[in-house]
Amino acid sequence: MKFGIVVFPGSNCDHDCYHAAKHVMGQEAEYIWHKTTSLKGFDCIVFPGGFSYGDYLRTGAIAKFSPVLKEIKKFADNGGLVLGICNGFQILCETGLLPGVLMRNSGLKFICKDVGLRVENVNTPFTKLYEEGQLLDIPIAHADGNYFADAETLKSLSGNGQIILRYATKDGDVDASANPNGSVGNIAGITNKEKNVFGLMPHPERAMEASLGGTDGYAFFESIVKVVS
Amino acid sequence: MKITDDTIEEHGLTRQEYERIVDGLGGREPNITELGVFSVMWSEHCSYKSSRIHLKKLPSEGDCVIEGPGENAGVIDIGDGLAVAFKMESHNHPSFIEPFQGAATGVGGILRDVFTMGARPVALLNSLRFGAPENAKTAYLLEGAVAGIAGYGNCMGIPTVGGEVAFHESYNGNCLVNAMTVGVLKADKIFKGNASGIGNPVMYVGSRTGRDGIHGATMASDVFGEGGEERRPTVQVGDPFTEKLLLEACLEVFKTDHVVGVQDMGAAGLTSSSIEMASRAGTGIDIDVKDVPRREEGMTPYEILLSESQERMLFVLKIGSEAAVREIFKKWDLEAVVIGEVTGTGRVIIREGEEVVADMPVDTLTDAAPVYNRPIKRPDSQDELNRLDMDSISLPTDYNETLLSLLASLNIASKEWVYEQYDHMVRTDTLVMPGSDAAVVRIKGTTKALAMSVDCNSRYCYLDPFTGAAIAVAEAARNVSVSGAKPLAITDCLNFGNPERPEVMWQFEQAILGIREASLKLGVPVISGNVSLYNETSGTAIYPTPTIGAVGLIEDSLKVTTQYFKDAGDVIVLLGENLEELGGSEYLKVTRGLDKGMCPVLDLDKELALQEACREAILSGIIKSAHDISIGGLAVAIAKSALNPKGAVGAEVNVADSNTKEGIRNDALLFGETQSRVILTLKESDLEALSVIAKANGVPFKAIGHVGGDRLKINGLIDIPLGEVSLKWKSMIKNFVA
Repeated sequence: MKFGIVVFPGSNCDHDCYHAAKHVMGQEAEYIWHKTTSLKGFDCIVFPGGFSYGDYLRTGAIAKFSPVLKEIKKFADNGGLVLGICNGFQILCETGLLPGVLMRNSGLKFICKDVGLRVENVNTPFTKLYEEGQLLDIPIAHADGNYFADAETLKSLSGNGQIILRYATKDGDVDASANPNGSVGNIAGITNKEKNVFGLMPHPERAMEASLGGTDGYAFFESIVKVVS
Repeated sequence: MKITDDTIEEHGLTRQEYERIVDGLGGREPNITELGVFSVMWSEHCSYKSSRIHLKKLPSEGDCVIEGPGENAGVIDIGDGLAVAFKMESHNHPSFIEPFQGAATGVGGILRDVFTMGARPVALLNSLRFGAPENAKTAYLLEGAVAGIAGYGNCMGIPTVGGEVAFHESYNGNCLVNAMTVGVLKADKIFKGNASGIGNPVMYVGSRTGRDGIHGATMASDVFGEGGEERRPTVQVGDPFTEKLLLEACLEVFKTDHVVGVQDMGAAGLTSSSIEMASRAGTGIDIDVKDVPRREEGMTPYEILLSESQERMLFVLKIGSEAAVREIFKKWDLEAVVIGEVTGTGRVIIREGEEVVADMPVDTLTDAAPVYNRPIKRPDSQDELNRLDMDSISLPTDYNETLLSLLASLNIASKEWVYEQYDHMVRTDTLVMPGSDAAVVRIKGTTKALAMSVDCNSRYCYLDPFTGAAIAVAEAARNVSVSGAKPLAITDCLNFGNPERPEVMWQFEQAILGIREASLKLGVPVISGNVSLYNETSGTAIYPTPTIGAVGLIEDSLKVTTQYFKDAGDVIVLLGENLEELGGSEYLKVTRGLDKGMCPVLDLDKELALQEACREAILSGIIKSAHDISIGGLAVAIAKSALNPKGAVGAEVNVADSNTKEGIRNDALLFGETQSRVILTLKESDLEALSVIAKANGVPFKAIGHVGGDRLKINGLIDIPLGEVSLKWKSMIKNFVA
């Protein structure tokens, strides 16, 4: 299968996602410049982390005007798989491909560390190979990861099984002590209704090789490969 | 505009220097633009006029050295066609005036120095020093500088993997922000700041030029009095997003065949970059300031030349390649404009349209800049400083309390609050995260990894600048060695007070000699560096702080070792010898408020043997953890090894009957900072193999205890639950800034 990694001015986890797809997973991978208007041949589009356009305005607020976004909307509408990590998640929310917003962390500081996560729904192309309730250790690295949506949206997210990951303690409790950034309901990752667009703040591409400290992120990519192949 | 004595003084030049300028111009008085250019080129910051004669003593040659000091960054060979560029630089003065932007642009500047060489930056480190915790500005400066470094490095996507943070009252009026960048490049694709080839176009790239940072270099060459805040406009404002574009665009341009030379516009902006490039090539340069992209209307040539606006680069290209290069920068939404050309005149000629506004010989601005052999005098107070009556220091009554108070000292306490704000994992290469002795970053596509560490104990340097500086080199190299790497080379960032004071120059000279001796003995040449003088406020200088950054190579990245204890039952081994030394220790400072005595002795033969034994043992695959004993001594080292972030594990240790000389005091044994010591852990069954390696290298060796349990037990004097140790050590900085 072939991953496409979108590169905006200011993307900086593009190389990491490419490495994960190409060298760790052994799949085809190609960068997609943000002005590109054709997505032919790609099976999964990855929006990597970084600071698109410096994030000087609001995270993802300028990236959403890039020409490639129009194509990606069509791609998603046709059921194509779209994965947004960190800044990629922020961009997916800005464009409306995912509901809700990501605000400044409640502690107002950038945080880079491993966090505990609980897998809430395994019936998606991205989490197929995890077990329901499985606990993961995956790093976060962001200043704006405080997920928020209004009560109605949250209700429908929850009802549709769109909440995929929540911050959790070592024992699997979803409580304030496990919440690094103030996200409502400890939400760390969600999908759209159709489950083909997935956004998450943690960086699975940083947790795919034992030498880097853990492999809990591997099965996200593995699930995608399995679904596509 | 008439040049008066006041104008000369405002430009930080002496009367004699002015006369030298007139001489250099063939007897003609400079105009104001020329005076401005001379003032920055001859500033301490750019000309190294007080330090140059001493810097020559630093060894810069070695088998692995490709590029020594003089270029934007030093470069070493790491085999298989790869090379590593690195350098450390200070941004002290601006960071004290405006910590966020000062620190941020410090990172931006050192990144440009490294990617200008053609390297992709792979790691950032820093060394930060602030005033005493009780000083009103300390928390503000700490928060601002850390946020500034995070803001810049995180946005660039370069991991900040290591460094040090220290606190002492000598920095109350002058904080230190030293930033280091390490980059990887192909050994046969190194770019230099060289304006060669008469007729070649000079291209300006990046951000537009504004009125910010004018005379930043001159400010950095002066002491502070009261009211330093008024200098805020001389601090530049960073734009990491533009720098990220500049990085990617430059690396793309470097893949072409169009570039003759390149240099970033750092201190003294367009002036120093163009003049230094011409100087290196022995050419001249002609620039029209009308073509320089500007942020605002009505800027004078003086302002354009002296602006220190960030995120700008100067390229010299092959004739005819302008359009192709411009196209690449356009892709990255960056401006790229030809503003002049290389000439054979040996002069830098600045025009504004038709009018020549400055015309100066390149060599007068550079090679003929003043060089001072400043008077040197050992301070009268030094003997008294070195006197320490051990009998007047009573032994602790409660060693548990003493250990906890040391772990709670901000100099020893966990820096998690700091490095959690830095993205230290981006690029997915960080094998050893911040917190261990050295950070380790792998190089994808190879089996290699780089280990790096930044170190200096300025209290040692205050008590004995020669030995203190040598220890800084030894410790940086030791940290790299205990991670399993062979130290290859170092960079230095020499932070001192006012060089016009003979006592400061004595410290400076001694430190240079100390670095020289350690560098030669340990085989780590100084390949790049930076000098920051005039770090003093209202007559009080900082402690001498020659910060050392070391880089080492691990051929097999699977052999990386951290400082953390791993498995219960493992044996703890001490390599090295315990001496009765308390002078300059954190123990004396924390318990008595004393910066006194002789700093620890350093025997470089023993140091070299120790590091070689360590590496050999790690390479043989038997070592599970390796940790250098430094600030806080043996007890603190054991505590920090026990606090493994993946799960703390206790230890029981008894050193009383070990290598200890008879009669050594218990406080010196547990908290003294004797050099050339390392603690290792390994399986009991591997003990014999280690003993053979230690003996072969002539290194004292002794098993002193075992890993295991949930308490820290040392010599029957210390017995504390790990939870208590961890809480104390982890909470201090968080509580301090809260």
